[in-house]
Amino acid sequence: MAENVLVAPPMEEEPEPTPERPSPWLRLARLFLRQREASIVVVAIALIIYFQLSKPAFLSAQNIRTLSQFVAATAIISAGEVMLLICGEIDLSVGQVYALAPFIMYFAKQEAGLPLIVGLILGLIVCALVGLFNGLITVALRVPSFITTLGTLFLINGLTLTISQGFPVLTPSEGLVDEVLGHASYSEIIWAIAIAIVMQIVLSWTRWGLHTIATGGNLLGASEVGVNVARIKIGNFMLCSVLGGFAGTLEAFRITSIDPQAGGTDIMFLAVAGAVIGGTALTGGLGTIIGAFLGTLVLSILRDGFTLLGVSAFTFDIILGAAILVAMILNVRLRLWREAGRE
Amino acid sequence: MSEFTTPEVIRTEGLVKRFGAVTALNGVSLYLRQGEVLGLVGDNGAGKSTLIKILTGFLQPDEGRIFIDGTEVRLHSVSHARSLGIETVYQDLALINELSVYHNMFLKRESLLKPFPLLDNRRMRRLAREYLESMGVNIPSVDIEVARLSGGQRQSIAIARAVYSQARILLLDEPLAAMGAKEGSLIMNLIRTLKNEGQVSIIMIAHNYAQVLEICDRVNLLQHGRIVLDKPAAQTSVEELTELVMREYRAGVNQRRQPAAG
Ligand SMILES: Nc1ncnc2c1ncn2[C@@H]1O[C@H](COP(=O)(O)OP(=O)(O)OP(=O)(O)O)[C@@H](O)[C@H]1O
Ligand SMILES: [Mg+2]
Repeated sequence: MAENVLVAPPMEEEPEPTPERPSPWLRLARLFLRQREASIVVVAIALIIYFQLSKPAFLSAQNIRTLSQFVAATAIISAGEVMLLICGEIDLSVGQVYALAPFIMYFAKQEAGLPLIVGLILGLIVCALVGLFNGLITVALRVPSFITTLGTLFLINGLTLTISQGFPVLTPSEGLVDEVLGHASYSEIIWAIAIAIVMQIVLSWTRWGLHTIATGGNLLGASEVGVNVARIKIGNFMLCSVLGGFAGTLEAFRITSIDPQAGGTDIMFLAVAGAVIGGTALTGGLGTIIGAFLGTLVLSILRDGFTLLGVSAFTFDIILGAAILVAMILNVRLRLWREAGRE
Repeated sequence: MSEFTTPEVIRTEGLVKRFGAVTALNGVSLYLRQGEVLGLVGDNGAGKSTLIKILTGFLQPDEGRIFIDGTEVRLHSVSHARSLGIETVYQDLALINELSVYHNMFLKRESLLKPFPLLDNRRMRRLAREYLESMGVNIPSVDIEVARLSGGQRQSIAIARAVYSQARILLLDEPLAAMGAKEGSLIMNLIRTLKNEGQVSIIMIAHNYAQVLEICDRVNLLQHGRIVLDKPAAQTSVEELTELVMREYRAGVNQRRQPAAG
């Protein structure tokens, strides 16, 4: 090294970047990789490249629309699950309010003659009450939310099947309302993105978000400092349910029918898996909405891509399971690497 | 006689707190005068932290009365106690590992970007940095998560949070437990400064009797949920406190032996 310095021409214009100050690009790359969501973005891009190379129809306008429909409803639910997971709880029943909310809207319109919007709001209020119920049982009676919401899962499912008598109905339509609320091509994904942005702001830049992290990070400590942890938990149960009901309603407008069997545990587990792949810890205190959105995107890309490749549904589940494991392992490894690199 | 004749900011009468079969507090009556530093000492499990948690509104007593500034109150929540000017450094520190230093310091007292309900992170970050600097606390940055700090650094954060909250009454549960020599004396100096300013009244729990006698005006010894000694610091000594604790210990041992012997 010393010799190099001596040999180096003294008129050199650009000094070699020292190890502490690498080139801006390298620094940008490092900054990016240290973000919690970086690993999942890398996975998503790799998958897109892979599917595009094996099936050029992957990035066609048609397929992008399909993909956006896969993502939207699940991403909205995962935003709610992230808030709950961060404060240390989970909602297994969100796939059932997903089916219930549009039915309430339907009956409000068909039976009571109320405007569609009023029906939608009524549906969401019922969802909020389901969330309140989940929250009260969990917080006041100290039943673990895994059990509480397993109970409401069956309860709400039975309720929806009873009021619908098990039959799907046509989604009522009312001028522009149904277009805006999911029927128009990209309206559902626009809602999903808007909700993700708003929820990320709530999580990162409001007291509610801060107190949610505090509650999940250190329940005793947070309450010693005076955070009303019961209120935070119950509020997030309600939020998650409302988002579930809203997602179900958007989907009902999109496919123009309301199915009592829609959603269910499938969409709930996808939303939770998306959140976890996106970096949310099941132990509480950690997670981002954007990460969950990207996690859901990865799952949707997998599903859509393999469908395009003509992989059978059975094989798909095997691949999906493996993909979730690989994504999780990658995520954990990258997180450890990131933490080591921060010193 | 204590030199303090200022008004009482806290008085408790006959506080009782039970946890199932355990009686943590068995009729605690104490008082704290304006501007005074009261040392609370006692063995492990004597009930010191339980007493603090009642005064901070985190626990509710089963029996007994609490007066703040001469008015009887039922402290029903931490926020309620805080609204009366009471701040606490808990023994477990009550820090959130996942949050940054400055978010921890401003938890429940967040600055907002009025009129929006958004956090004013820049202001909180700046104030946190100022507070820690003026306390002489060494941490790499107020942006890092608390999980990455040492035990003493964490304790400094908890103390800074309470001290800079403009509280009138500070409850410090073993504030020096994890401190190195330098940090410990910085905290002692800080308490001394607060004392000289005379604005805050402090209850401080510590196991180091010498430190307690050095900094406190008055000492209360808590044993088995009761206050068994209340003296000005100048009129007691490390020896007396140790002797009282050891006598109690020997009595306990004898009691346990007797049934076996008899
Ligand atoms: N939440 C609780 N549930 C059950 N028992 C408790 C609880 N908190 C305290 N106790 C009991 O009350 C008694 C007093 O505990 P406390 O924490 O007040 O003691 P302490 O004087 O602060 O002790 P240390 O010096 O070890 O901090 C102990 O016997 C303890 O086991
Ligand atoms: Mg204690």
